[in-house]
Amino acid sequence: MIRKALAPIAALAAVTSLFFSQGAHAESGWHLLNMRQGVTAISREIYSLHMLIFWVCVVIGIVVFSVMIWSIVTFRKSKGAVPDTTMVHNTKVEIIWTAIPVAILVAMAVPAAKTLVQIEDTRNTELTIKVTGFQWGWQYDYLENGVRFFSRLERKADAARQLGSGVDPNTIPNYLLDVDNPLVVPAGTKVRLLITAADVIHAWWVPDFGMKKDAIPGFVNEMWFNVDEDKTGIYRGQCTELCGRDHAFMPIVVDVRSKEDFQTWLKATAEAQKQAAAPQPAATAHAG
Amino acid sequence: MNASARRENRKLLLKLLAFSLGAFGFGYALVPLYQVMCDITGFGNEKRLAERSVINAKPDPSRTITVEFLAQLPTVGNWEFRPLQSSMEIHPGQLYTADFIAKNLTGRDTVAQAVPMMAPTKVAPYFHKTECFCFTPQHFSRGEERELPVRFVVDPAIPADIDRITLAYTFYDETTRVAASR
Amino acid sequence: MAQHAPAAAHAHDDHHDHKPHGWRRWVFATNHKDIGTMYLVFAGIMFFVGGLMAMVIRLELFKPGMQFVDPLLFNSMTTMHALFMIFGAVMPAWTGLANWQIPMQIGAPDMALPRLNNFSFWILPFASAILLLTLLVPGGGPAGGWTLYPPLALQTADAFPMTIFAIHLMGVSSILGSINVIVTIMNMRAPGLSLLRMPLFVWSWLITAYLLIAVMPVLAGAVTMLLTDHYFGTTFFTAAGGGDPVMYQHIFWFFGHPEVYILILPAFGVVSEIIPAFARKPIFGYEAMVYAIASIAFLSFIVWAHHMFTVGMPLAGQIFFMLSTMLIAIPTGVKVFNWSATMWKSSMTFEPPMLFALAFLFLFTIGGFSGLMLAIAPADFQYHDTYFVVAHFHYVLVPGAVFSILGAVYYWLPKWTSKMYDHKLAKVHFWLSAIFVNVLFFPQHFLGLAGMPRRIPDYATQFTDWNMVSSIGAFGFGLSQLLFPYIIWKCVRSGAPAPARAWEGAHGLEWELPSPLPYHTWETPPSAAVIARGAEH
Repeated sequence: MIRKALAPIAALAAVTSLFFSQGAHAESGWHLLNMRQGVTAISREIYSLHMLIFWVCVVIGIVVFSVMIWSIVTFRKSKGAVPDTTMVHNTKVEIIWTAIPVAILVAMAVPAAKTLVQIEDTRNTELTIKVTGFQWGWQYDYLENGVRFFSRLERKADAARQLGSGVDPNTIPNYLLDVDNPLVVPAGTKVRLLITAADVIHAWWVPDFGMKKDAIPGFVNEMWFNVDEDKTGIYRGQCTELCGRDHAFMPIVVDVRSKEDFQTWLKATAEAQKQAAAPQPAATAHAG
Repeated sequence: MNASARRENRKLLLKLLAFSLGAFGFGYALVPLYQVMCDITGFGNEKRLAERSVINAKPDPSRTITVEFLAQLPTVGNWEFRPLQSSMEIHPGQLYTADFIAKNLTGRDTVAQAVPMMAPTKVAPYFHKTECFCFTPQHFSRGEERELPVRFVVDPAIPADIDRITLAYTFYDETTRVAASR
Repeated sequence: MAQHAPAAAHAHDDHHDHKPHGWRRWVFATNHKDIGTMYLVFAGIMFFVGGLMAMVIRLELFKPGMQFVDPLLFNSMTTMHALFMIFGAVMPAWTGLANWQIPMQIGAPDMALPRLNNFSFWILPFASAILLLTLLVPGGGPAGGWTLYPPLALQTADAFPMTIFAIHLMGVSSILGSINVIVTIMNMRAPGLSLLRMPLFVWSWLITAYLLIAVMPVLAGAVTMLLTDHYFGTTFFTAAGGGDPVMYQHIFWFFGHPEVYILILPAFGVVSEIIPAFARKPIFGYEAMVYAIASIAFLSFIVWAHHMFTVGMPLAGQIFFMLSTMLIAIPTGVKVFNWSATMWKSSMTFEPPMLFALAFLFLFTIGGFSGLMLAIAPADFQYHDTYFVVAHFHYVLVPGAVFSILGAVYYWLPKWTSKMYDHKLAKVHFWLSAIFVNVLFFPQHFLGLAGMPRRIPDYATQFTDWNMVSSIGAFGFGLSQLLFPYIIWKCVRSGAPAPARAWEGAHGLEWELPSPLPYHTWETPPSAAVIARGAEH
């Protein structure tokens, strides 16, 4: 009978070996187990909240599961255990196991609420960028400088991700996490994003920045981040609200540069854009 | 089951059906309820908020707030729409005028409606528009270009942690309005 | 039904004696057992339909790149997997169990409204057929997620009105089913069986039924607004007309959060029946259990916006919904502690129903922990819409709701069929399910924390390893479920006769009935002595 039950598993193993035979992928992902700490004060704050609640759960879990396992091992009829049928109620115990969770929750709620207050503190932002999600990509608009551009999935990945393209995604660096024009921001600067959408709801998320916000058509959401001065580099994320067919194919890439490098880039880009389209129409609709 | 039991069952059935119908109605009642909540918290429809009151508080020159203006268009349609000034430094309690400019490139006469939105949402109850092109639908003849003014005053009671306000308008004409709901 | 009170204890009227045969028995069924069977068979079929869709999802996600399905078809697989599992499998399975068990457990001859019962069942196959047929219409099935968020849902092609209609029908069916449950419990209890003597399964269903008739109509309202937005020019949810897409999310989750408790509360009831039976010890803290279910039901109305922390809510709103959500942990904790206390100083045996109940206890608790983590609003900004959420709700719904349904069937099947199933095979079914469900869903925690969004048909290559593990778990879990119908079929065909009280420690009025069960359940209400014996807890 067990053999019968195992037969499908054997068949499954055969099928899976077929998959594996097509070549191992570039980098191993077994170590990806936890949330990343990220590169902003807020993301680290969130990470520590996450770890705190995680360990709280682990401790409660150990206690509760130990009791259950102990019971399962000890109170077996096969071991001659006799049930104590009078044990049906115990007010004292019930009050204790209601009160302790209340205390734990209050202890959790306080730091969480503090972090929320910090996240909502939008004062003293130094740079504002409007982010517009559309099907399927992002538009970035540096409001004070007139620089604006679209950011879409990088071409090679876009070709590889077509159904039955025959291209092995492992041969493409940063598959689905690379774009043609990344968002460029300065490090050590409180950058404010005004997030909106042109068609349906999208969500802008870079895990290393710790925050995610919905992009809602007709609405403007506000969000900010401040990348540590010494954490320049490339950070990647994805749209995180189902937005239709190509939801999986509108990555977000942020190129964090030093303040000077950023200014140089901004000037050069502004100049280039001015020359490219001399009479720049204001907010004409882009073909999404 | 005897007759009286059946009567009892039928009675309770009708009550519960009525309750379900009430719950269906409650689903719809959530729409106005939500608007009320938004009016209180300042989320969403602040057109009505603007109409609610004109404050006559003294200007507070000690505080400066940046007001940014954003103009947006839906993906379809053919318009030009932009603010004449990208931002303004203002003092609470003082009356200001900002202008947007819109040009009808649709190739026909049409009526358009601007839908306003503010960020952060909590400032809406303190941001009073005494006059706004978003209050009423705007008629545009073919090719017409026009300046659209908005006059506003920020309540000095605005929370101290606000140093920047964004006022965004999305401009929908009749065609885009229909298309947006498709 | 009888127009006259029975003159003698064993009086049957003509109607009762006539037991229809063949297809008429099922099409015109008014007997609670027949209807219960139909609900359960239907739920079983839908479980495999929804499961097949899950297999498509996990097949495409086995490795990066698009191999099998178009992204749009993938999206409609995720959408319809959810709709079929929720409205086609789990909810009808609970209604089926309610139909079978509630009359037996409260000493009633049948459900209170037998013809309504027939009607509410027969709506379901049509609703499901309509929903399934959307896959064939131009533009494909609904692909905007089961939550049907506008404006995306409004982009659905011809499938749109069909989907809305199917949801309306399923809603009507479940509302009528719940009304029937309430009327039966309130009006048909045997004399002397007061509310606080009822079995916990009946209690959990009573509360669920009230919850359902309160929120299912709200969903009906929300999708009706979607429909009129799409076809009749209303602008409830379109910013262009002064509407607000976020409002839809508020209305939807006002339904949606209670809905997830509609799926899980009867599971609490089932586990509270099974554990005492195999622990040979009354449930610990019966009244606390009832109040815990009631308070979870109440809290479910004030936590909805925790599903949408990222829409841009005012600070006060975020804090409120975070706190109210955390509060749910308290009554849920009470339940877990009470079940543990029931096992303390007990005398346990581990037949298949008990195994499923124990797996529920462990794995549902894990789902509860991740739920607590998700309640922390700032952390939710990182978890939201990632595989962490997928792992969380599958932990509470598969080893939670589905395992307890399987456990319930294994518990009561000997009563329904008066035959015993193959325990060895059922244990194989259990162990395969319990192992594969963890292989399937546990790695999804890692994927979510590492940053993999949900509802994507293709992913960055570093997510490959855990996705492969998860897919292998999925295929294993899917295949092992095929054992379940086989075990039932074998039991019905050639099971050994089971005694009236099929389990040594089973208490409850259903076990006081003879086996095989008479066609009509409690034609004479159970006597006070029988109630006292059966209703002790």
